[in-house]
Amino acid sequence: MLEVSGITQIFGGVTALKDVSFSIAKESITGVIGPNGAGKTTLFNIISGIYTQTSGTVVLEGRNISGLPPERLAPLGMVRTFQNIELFSSMTVLENVMVGMHTKSSSGLLACSLKMPWTFKEEARIRDNAMRWLEFAEISDLAGTVAGNLPFGKGRMLEIARALAADPKIILMDEPAAGLNSQETLGLADVIKKIRDMGITVVLVEHDMELVMDICDRIVVLNLGSKLAEGTPREIQENGDVVAAYLGDE
Amino acid sequence: MKKELFKFLIFTVLILVAPLAFKGGYLMNVLVFVGINTMLAIALNLLLGYCGQISLGHAGFFGLGAYLSGILTATHGLNPWLVMPLAAGLVGLLAYLIGFPILKLKGHYLAMATLGMGIIIYIVFNESVDYTGGPSGLSGIPALSIGSTSFDSDVKSYYLVWAFTLGVCLFSLNLANSRVGRALRAIHDSEIAARVVGVNARELKVRIFALSAVISALAGCLYAHTMTFISPASFGFNFSVELLTMVVIGGLGSIYGSFLGAALLTLLPEFLRAAHDYDIIIYGGLLMVMVMFMPGGLVRSVPDAVRKLVRLKGGAGNA
Repeated sequence: MLEVSGITQIFGGVTALKDVSFSIAKESITGVIGPNGAGKTTLFNIISGIYTQTSGTVVLEGRNISGLPPERLAPLGMVRTFQNIELFSSMTVLENVMVGMHTKSSSGLLACSLKMPWTFKEEARIRDNAMRWLEFAEISDLAGTVAGNLPFGKGRMLEIARALAADPKIILMDEPAAGLNSQETLGLADVIKKIRDMGITVVLVEHDMELVMDICDRIVVLNLGSKLAEGTPREIQENGDVVAAYLGDE
Repeated sequence: MKKELFKFLIFTVLILVAPLAFKGGYLMNVLVFVGINTMLAIALNLLLGYCGQISLGHAGFFGLGAYLSGILTATHGLNPWLVMPLAAGLVGLLAYLIGFPILKLKGHYLAMATLGMGIIIYIVFNESVDYTGGPSGLSGIPALSIGSTSFDSDVKSYYLVWAFTLGVCLFSLNLANSRVGRALRAIHDSEIAARVVGVNARELKVRIFALSAVISALAGCLYAHTMTFISPASFGFNFSVELLTMVVIGGLGSIYGSFLGAALLTLLPEFLRAAHDYDIIIYGGLLMVMVMFMPGGLVRSVPDAVRKLVRLKGGAGNA
């Protein structure tokens, strides 16, 4: 599904990532973990097209997507969420998700402004679909609320709903559990599993180990910009290097 | 959606009957300018209020529309109705080309770049004396006419200009409540999140910049043909600031707000004749007060204030 090979990222003189390679299977949940400063978010920014890597390639379903900007990746089926949720805060919850359908609709500037007959049908389709995703994320009762007024946990669900509205094949989540209480985290775990069961590949950066061990099929461990280990949650828990990296060497 | 249409119909009716209230007096002439300024404020609002991109050079596009129209009709004798789409199209194309490099910039840098653009256009009006008549202006621009009816009186101009303004209003309202309008607001709120869900922010910003220039140029054409005389002074930096003030006072991201702002800033000087030389100071002051105390603009703050008052009264009644 997704092949990351030989990714190196150098900022100024600092090497943030060094020759990181791994591959992600279709319809799986993969966790990327590692101590602070391991380069997890940098890696995400590269995969999602926000940064361009110094060297290495990212291949999505056999297609080299290295260096493509985010707006080109969405139509190819890759979307992401952000650690500090990025909502369209002045728009309603429903409108936020409707923007998520941008690549799944096509009315242009003039057609919209002149209200061409076909735009009505498309608008209705966008609205219905967006409503469905709000129901999926269990926030449909908030459809008319301005997104900026949402509590953090609901905002997180909205961001996920908006990403799903783009009908992705793969979704990257940057610390989805950050800032959530334990109740909300449990709900999040269910939602992520449901997303995978819909046939969507999930990759997440996460600090909440309980969540990662509970839901991930596979885990990639980064430390100081390099890949330290890769395997099932059980293998990772039993890996001496990983334990050392997290708890410090003797 | 029905509600939107209803609001627009009420607005249209109000505009249509307004001349009856003024019985064709001097204020009619001012109301023509309210129409033109409303178009301009809407144009700038699409860019600034919806898409979040500032322009301090919109008077330049307005002037380009006016001069293209003026020169091609007065000097070359072309039909004004033919010139209008041509002028609007050319200015749109120019804005599109300028837009690509300029809209890469953000915030202050974009403000400076558009400011520079406006000043360059203004200098061109002043210096290319052979074409524009330079500082002394360009006269003899024909009034628009349909068949044998010439739009040469204030009342006729009023209906002509407002026909266009209402058209622009409806066009922009439709845009604001559509897929593309949502994408614009998304760029305003979080460009990166908009891009991640597939909105091509770069391209869309440039398109809106061009659309905004087209509407401004159209307003310029109407201005040239209703005034029949134009000079560079109307298209300088001061007017760009005045447009910005209209948009902010009326309400960023509100089409009707643009009308309120344009109406207020066009009518106000008529009542403050004595303070004429201080207009830029008054605009500056208004802008500061609005940004500090009513960031939503008149269109949002006034209803809020009324609601608060009603609640206060209700609260006092209960106590």
